[in-house]
Amino acid sequence: MTYLAKPKLLRPDTPRNALGYTRRDYEGAISTLCAGCGHDSISASVVQACFDLDVEPHKVAKLSGIGCSSKTPDYFLGNSHGFNSVHGRMPSVLTGAALANRNLLYLGVSGDGDSASIGIGQFAHAMRRGVNMTYIVENNGVYGLTKGQFSATADKGSKSKKGVINSDSPIDLAALALQLGATYVARSFSGDKEQLVPLIKGALRHGGPAFIDVISPCVTFNNHTGSTKSYDYVREHNAAVNRLDVILPKAQIEASYPPGSLRRVVQHDGSILHLRKLGVDYDPSDRIGAMNYLQERQALGEIVTGLLYVDSSGEDMHAHLNTVEKSLNQLGDAYLCPGSGALAALNASLR
Amino acid sequence: MNTRQAIRSTNDFVIKFANVNGSGSASANELFARAIMRMGVPVSPRNIFPSNIQGMPTWYEMRVSGAGWLARRGGCDMMVAMNPQTWDRDVAELAPGGYLVYDSTKMLPRSKFRDDISVIGIPLTELCSRDYPDVRQRQLVRNIMYVGALVGLLDIDLAVTERLVSEQYRGKDKLIDANLRALRLGHDYARQHFACPLGLRVERADAVGDRIFIDGNSACGLGAVYGGATVTGWYPITPSTSVIEAFSSYCRKFRTEPDSGRARYAIAQAEDELAAIGMVIGAGWNGARAFTATSGPGISLMQEFLGLAYFAEIPAVIYDVQRGGPSTGMPTRTQQSDLLACAYASHGDTRHVLLFPEDPYECFTLGAQAFDLAERLQTPVFVMLDLDIGMNERLCKPFDWDDSRRYDRGKLLSHEDLEAGKDFGRYLDVDGDGIPYRTIPGTHPTKGAYFTRGTTRNPYAKYSEAGTDYVYNMERLRRKFDTAKTLVPAPVLTKAAAPTRVGAICYGSTSPAMAEAITLLQDDGLHLDTLRVRAFPFSDEVMDFIAAHDQVFVVEQNESAQLRTMLINEGEISPKKLVRVLHYDGTPITAGFIAGRIADELAALKVSALEPHANPLRKVAP
Repeated sequence: MTYLAKPKLLRPDTPRNALGYTRRDYEGAISTLCAGCGHDSISASVVQACFDLDVEPHKVAKLSGIGCSSKTPDYFLGNSHGFNSVHGRMPSVLTGAALANRNLLYLGVSGDGDSASIGIGQFAHAMRRGVNMTYIVENNGVYGLTKGQFSATADKGSKSKKGVINSDSPIDLAALALQLGATYVARSFSGDKEQLVPLIKGALRHGGPAFIDVISPCVTFNNHTGSTKSYDYVREHNAAVNRLDVILPKAQIEASYPPGSLRRVVQHDGSILHLRKLGVDYDPSDRIGAMNYLQERQALGEIVTGLLYVDSSGEDMHAHLNTVEKSLNQLGDAYLCPGSGALAALNASLR
Repeated sequence: MNTRQAIRSTNDFVIKFANVNGSGSASANELFARAIMRMGVPVSPRNIFPSNIQGMPTWYEMRVSGAGWLARRGGCDMMVAMNPQTWDRDVAELAPGGYLVYDSTKMLPRSKFRDDISVIGIPLTELCSRDYPDVRQRQLVRNIMYVGALVGLLDIDLAVTERLVSEQYRGKDKLIDANLRALRLGHDYARQHFACPLGLRVERADAVGDRIFIDGNSACGLGAVYGGATVTGWYPITPSTSVIEAFSSYCRKFRTEPDSGRARYAIAQAEDELAAIGMVIGAGWNGARAFTATSGPGISLMQEFLGLAYFAEIPAVIYDVQRGGPSTGMPTRTQQSDLLACAYASHGDTRHVLLFPEDPYECFTLGAQAFDLAERLQTPVFVMLDLDIGMNERLCKPFDWDDSRRYDRGKLLSHEDLEAGKDFGRYLDVDGDGIPYRTIPGTHPTKGAYFTRGTTRNPYAKYSEAGTDYVYNMERLRRKFDTAKTLVPAPVLTKAAAPTRVGAICYGSTSPAMAEAITLLQDDGLHLDTLRVRAFPFSDEVMDFIAAHDQVFVVEQNESAQLRTMLINEGEISPKKLVRVLHYDGTPITAGFIAGRIADELAALKVSALEPHANPLRKVAP
């Protein structure tokens, strides 16, 4: 996040990652969102995650739809190509981009209006299709740019700033993602960067559809008493099931964990997910169990966060399509055009 | 009937097959068409089919024309009536003196026939039952059996037909035998029971040449392969679905990596047309050549995305196989009624590039060229075919390809270009042609990244709501569209046999009917120059053609004269100068219709047949 313009000079002791980049190299334009907006914390978490993972900025494509959340890709990864597409349709644009070049990291950023209302169809089908991407929904339960209407993720009974009580049932995007085939499903809170940054890192290193529902309070329209998406409410009802550490393949494992408290998942690319259990004995490899757990806890008014589900054995869309290793957008004429010889044979068969 | 009235014609007649859809008749009918072509006689068949899978009536109408006319003629000289459901209307449709071929296994009352036609009853079902114990096979061989009978009746070369059967079922020996037997049974029955040939007959000729026989949708699919498309997002819709089927099949053949068996293409069936065009735009933004195929309802759904691609300047190719609209309209009938919806697709001020192929050959060539244009112009390009050429096989020039040709990737900056340190402004008009330079993701670690958006931005792709930035951009887009005029395929001019002040403009599948209509009019002493428009924006030749004539007929297959509207709008032409000739009942336009309308209009305008240019027509402002 770059809420305030920062001086261009860097201190000599500024931390650099393995590629020699500073955090600043992963930042973007100055945010135009409201001061205190949860979305800016998510942007900062994306910057931190990419810095930590030594991501080459130009090997990331960041895509979004329309809305406050969809503006944010302009505010991080300034050296990455970004695409602010049309409302609710980021998933299809991202899918097409991923088809064109399988060798970039795809980061889709969306909001609750963008993904749960106008774009719920595209959200669902991108998950089904197994697109290799990190899909973050910055979920505040409200339409900000149009001044405070409920969105489809607003809880039933939640009160708007104008005092209206929401009577419609909420859509739980994490539950949907679980049902539709996402192989990495997490929920987090923009006010908890310690939880969020590792979840983004794990998602970026995941080889399939990774979805993170981030509750991200709207300070202007949905941070009052009676709202179930306010900072206070989320803090009080946050029920984390685990804490994640992402270990890169070559890294030394320094942390030690009490016996039985750790679950270890090795992802496709060799990155290791260390999941520290918190209280409950939660199994993030059990998809049906995860779906049940979410439902049960939601009925009790809890907001379940953490890495809810991970399956590191899944195949992505390119595996389904059996496409070549090389990016399709890099194939030259010689690989694409069969030439006049093939036409002669074809013409002969059409007479 | 009185045989003296029977129609007598060699290599010039219309034969229509009335079938039930889903009965396997299509391949038998197509085989019949090919047999005549193999004899060197041009044919143009058309499927007339319902929006249904099984059990509804379907017709295969085929014009045999030694003169080589490929447009629909209309009328019917021989009816092969295989569908009891439509018997009465099929019999009624026959021209007086025509021939009715039917399955005579079951006796029909006299009242079911006409006395001014020749009736040829062949007990197809009975012959099949006698010879084919397998009940399922009977239905299929019944079709090939009537083809055999027709071969006998019309004097078609039996050996040629037998060879086609063997080619069609190559590798399936059992099927070859069963079909050959049925073919001969039908043939022999006809020869034994009727005076063959009938008044209608086919005579060997040399009027087909090296032409090929293929449908436009397949040609589009092949054009996409040759044009370098690697990504398609699509949603099934009649009549465009077979474009993707063909692309998929040609890709398996030509785009499979030899050693690994892996695909050098990606085909994603989307959840709807919005997602289909979204995928195309995402892939185009990311540097792959991408396309979708759709029809009118799909175009309606894609509007918002098309505006984004126009404004954010992203290459995309859309094959629109037009059908009857509006709404669900006539899903299995042909029209040219999506021009305005495509040319000005989406809200705000937009203009899109359209290409109009006349036949499968141009579906291939323009279908491939569309990708060069889309990347050169960084904008959506529509290939506007229609059901008539898309879903019917048509004789056309053989496909050709210049192996020295290289894809025009347009103004795409490479890593080296960026290293060279040139000032990169994504929406900066560096060359004065309105076309900016672009980069694709992943090109360079620190240079060339930009943020793509549908909102207004300055030349350096930064968000801006400044009026000056907006106007700069809109004026540049206008310049870009002017540049497009010089890049799109030129119109094709056909001069009349005699000098004339009257012209006609047509486009797309109307082409063969137009050419034939001109000769009909010429026979009546009416001369017209014709111009076949092949693209929008209109190049200067189109406006010059209109300026060079006093009256110009605009021949279209839609109700609201959409091309005429565009000519008036873009060329500031006086509406009075452009006369509508509109055919829009869902059937392909005929030469008779065009010639009739033009002759009537010219008569009303008092244009003398004898002095076509002595008496200038009404003067109009330029």
